Amino acid sequence: MTAMQTMRAENRVVIAHLYTSTAAICLGAIFGVFQGFSRAGVVSAPAWFDYYRILTLHGVLMALVFTTFFITGLSLFVTYRSIPRDRKTTAGWLGWTVMLVGTAMAAVTILMGDATVLYTFYAPLKASPFFYLGATILVAGTWIVAYEVLENVAYFRKQHPGEPLPLPVFLAASTFLMWIIATIGVVAEMCLLIPWSMGWTPGIDVMMTRLFFWYFGHPLVYFWIMGAYIVWYTIVPTRYGGKVFSDALTRLTFIMLLLLSTPVGIHHEFMEPGISTKWKMLHTVLTYGVAVPSFLTAFAVFASFEMAARRAGRTGFIDTVKSLPWGDPVFSGAGYGMLLFILGGFGGLINASYSMDMLVHNTVWIVGHFHVTVGGPAALTFLGCAYWMIPRLTGRALWKPGWALWQTRLWFVGMLIMSLSLHYAGLLGAPRRTANVSYVGMPIPNWEPAMMLSAAGGFILFISIMLFVAVAVGTLFANQKTEDMTAEFAEPEPESVPTPAMLQHLWRWGAVALLFALLAYAGPMHEMLTHPAYLAPGMRTW
Amino acid sequence: MHIHKYERWWLTFGIGMLFIFLATIAFAAFADGINPPSGMQQLDPAKVASTPPFDHPGLHKLHDGSYEAYFVAHIFAFAPSSITVPAGSTVTFYVTSPDVIHGFAITQTAVNMMAIPGWVNMMSHTFRTPGTYFLVCNEYCGIGHQDMAGKIVVQ
Repeated sequence: MTAMQTMRAENRVVIAHLYTSTAAICLGAIFGVFQGFSRAGVVSAPAWFDYYRILTLHGVLMALVFTTFFITGLSLFVTYRSIPRDRKTTAGWLGWTVMLVGTAMAAVTILMGDATVLYTFYAPLKASPFFYLGATILVAGTWIVAYEVLENVAYFRKQHPGEPLPLPVFLAASTFLMWIIATIGVVAEMCLLIPWSMGWTPGIDVMMTRLFFWYFGHPLVYFWIMGAYIVWYTIVPTRYGGKVFSDALTRLTFIMLLLLSTPVGIHHEFMEPGISTKWKMLHTVLTYGVAVPSFLTAFAVFASFEMAARRAGRTGFIDTVKSLPWGDPVFSGAGYGMLLFILGGFGGLINASYSMDMLVHNTVWIVGHFHVTVGGPAALTFLGCAYWMIPRLTGRALWKPGWALWQTRLWFVGMLIMSLSLHYAGLLGAPRRTANVSYVGMPIPNWEPAMMLSAAGGFILFISIMLFVAVAVGTLFANQKTEDMTAEFAEPEPESVPTPAMLQHLWRWGAVALLFALLAYAGPMHEMLTHPAYLAPGMRTW
Repeated sequence: MHIHKYERWWLTFGIGMLFIFLATIAFAAFADGINPPSGMQQLDPAKVASTPPFDHPGLHKLHDGSYEAYFVAHIFAFAPSSITVPAGSTVTFYVTSPDVIHGFAITQTAVNMMAIPGWVNMMSHTFRTPGTYFLVCNEYCGIGHQDMAGKIVVQ
């Protein structure tokens, strides 16, 4: 095959991942906006399609399907373009097919009403085995994509002994190493859930399933964040004439994320019995540790802005901010995402706090928090990045770039309105995950205005997502050719320090990360195994 | 590895802040006794209805004037659905579930814990201000989850 034919074949795989992701966010947005209005009491869900089924679909499609397909697509893209070779795309297609089969299985089961268990599928709510199998198959598909990325790492090392891996590939590979370690938790949980839902085991150890779920659940959010950081470090600087602030620090950041993302999950379980306070305290300390690579990233991103501005002869804070291409949707998606992440970071430190979490646990504050994180830096960066990838994949110029720009602006405003009002209602005690906001006849604080505002923010987000879908799909139909399909990734600043060899040892850091994860969970796991658990038979309560 | 001077300042500031936060949390835990609930007592979910004191859930006054309140969180209600205590009372809430997981949260207080089948969770609160407090299940438990609520009346 010629290089051009190879690139076309690679592009088709990435397009499949990217547009599946687009389909997921489109459906997720439709369920989401309905849910916002329903929660505010403006509309009510029909009995044949209840609120909780919509909530389950929204959560699964947005948190598990949209994000995962985007990150697999992005990782394949940066790997293919950074390591050109005559390659087969079998693994990329196989991964996509398996992920899609898993998604379809889970989605159909939810649609039929056989898995109204929300995206956290907490036992002993007992869903149909097809839901659990579907989720497992989706994860198995991501492992095939992980294999494809890591196989290219091995190939590059063999072809270029002694040379550092291209930065985007290093970042994608450390993201997938982290993901492999994290998804061990899903597999462990499914080994309990699937036999139980099939009726082969009489009951389930509820706390054990929760320990496994959150072993996976928090690194899942770092999977999203690492995906966004890949874009911030290696793609966004090319939009403002910038460079990577430091190659060494970027690799260090990702190694820290690889090490610290997993051993933190118990901060989701602070309010639970059966886990001693000492392990809760330990996980607070570890969770605060994982803030450090985000501090590094904040510094590196702003330093890269400033160095680019100075090269262009612009100095001072305001002038630097003005020098950035806010009219470019690729940049503005990431830029607004960064601003939203400041809010997300503050909230995160509160949620992970051993003593403060009890004030916000399971209130809509948490919903506000994860919308401003996965829906802020992650999703908005991904949509901006899609505007960069689509022309480079399809050879077609973006249709309606003005709509794309307004998409990012509307998202930023809508997300601020929705998230801030949810944070506020949460402080008043409004519970998350409930179809009812008014609790007729009950002495509730006045959180209803905030919930109305949140629905309004959600509606703006819905419009924003529809604009994204219009641009993404419109580009395929408008068919305006663009010649340039090359993808450039940001180079390190010329005077940045050379990268120490110890930062190149991906496999070794991966092994250390696994050890860290096992150590952080050894104590609580030992505690659970020494308290003989009563098994819960489980039931279908919907 | 060489790290840029400004970056070292920034990291020192950031990590320093984390240490201050952690010191505050440790102080709150060890000096003020602010800890999350971590009930370690176990109870067979099949035997909740026949195990005292959960066979007769409700409020019990202790000799020192404080209260113990035993709650069963089940689909889709709390038993009891309401309790009344005098202002200034310290109440220790014990909660368990015979079926699926539930939440047990009292708005405008720090009482917020999970009811997990197989375990008894516990948390104390002193009600200083009279009023009616809203008790809510804040973890999804099924189709009637939104009806699962109760009251704590402080007189």
